[in-house]
Amino acid sequence: MRVPLTARYRPRAGMVAWAFHRISGVGIFAFILLHVIDIYLVGANPNMYDDLLAFYASIPGRLLEVVLGAALLYHALNGLRIVIIDLWPAMTVYHRQLWQATWIIFIVVGVPGALIILRPVWLPLLQQLGLA
Amino acid sequence: MTAQQSAPAPAESVQPPAEVVVSPTSRARVRPRGSRKELAVWYLMRVTAVALFVLALGHFSILHFIWDPAAQNAEFIQDERWNSIFWRGFDWLLLTTVIIHAFLGVRTVVLDYIRWPVVRTGSLWLLYVVGIVLFILGTQVIVTIPLEALTSGM
Repeated sequence: MRVPLTARYRPRAGMVAWAFHRISGVGIFAFILLHVIDIYLVGANPNMYDDLLAFYASIPGRLLEVVLGAALLYHALNGLRIVIIDLWPAMTVYHRQLWQATWIIFIVVGVPGALIILRPVWLPLLQQLGLA
Repeated sequence: MTAQQSAPAPAESVQPPAEVVVSPTSRARVRPRGSRKELAVWYLMRVTAVALFVLALGHFSILHFIWDPAAQNAEFIQDERWNSIFWRGFDWLLLTTVIIHAFLGVRTVVLDYIRWPVVRTGSLWLLYVVGIVLFILGTQVIVTIPLEALTSGM
């Protein structure tokens, strides 16, 4: 018997939480595969590791790191929300506030974090304008 | 009764509970009943999640906000970042918890989307083998890079 995804998960407001959690989770999984292999190169082939790190430090690399950081931060915050509700059912009363808090913390922590990672993008612009 | 119905399911051991129930509030799976294994997985996901909240976010923050990627290379890992038993232990703990959490998480994804028993069993085996290989590779590099702090005094 095949049940369509839409019937199994009943997309309502919280469907967003579920879908983002799954997409970010699979994305982070893919990065974990890359990251364990790249760190293995520190011992096996340091020159190759240095080449890869040069990419991580480049502008395209940094943009990908911002995407990774956003996925990680969302997955962590939403995961904590899930753990709180699942292991402490009394908090179900505040589920709306927990969902709002997830996004407030995501913005408050995520935006400065992205700006730090993207410094080599905006700092030269500010310098050209004579602002830094 | 058709032949299909009477044929034994080859992947009986990896069948999920007949019905997956999603919590209306947390949007996660509700605590499984009737299967000790599924209950253990359910708890393991949550325990490793809390550990990773600290370990993974800490690791990402240190290596992106405190140290810029432009300042990092193999020499930096060996002489600075891993020149300490504490940070090697921290990263090994992160490796262990992230492998458990990530591979059990993708196990759930496989159980959700792959219905054909042979492909499902094969995918799960592949997943577990890749997980174990990654754990071995990661552990090997953490353990075998010479520790300057210990060896330089000798």
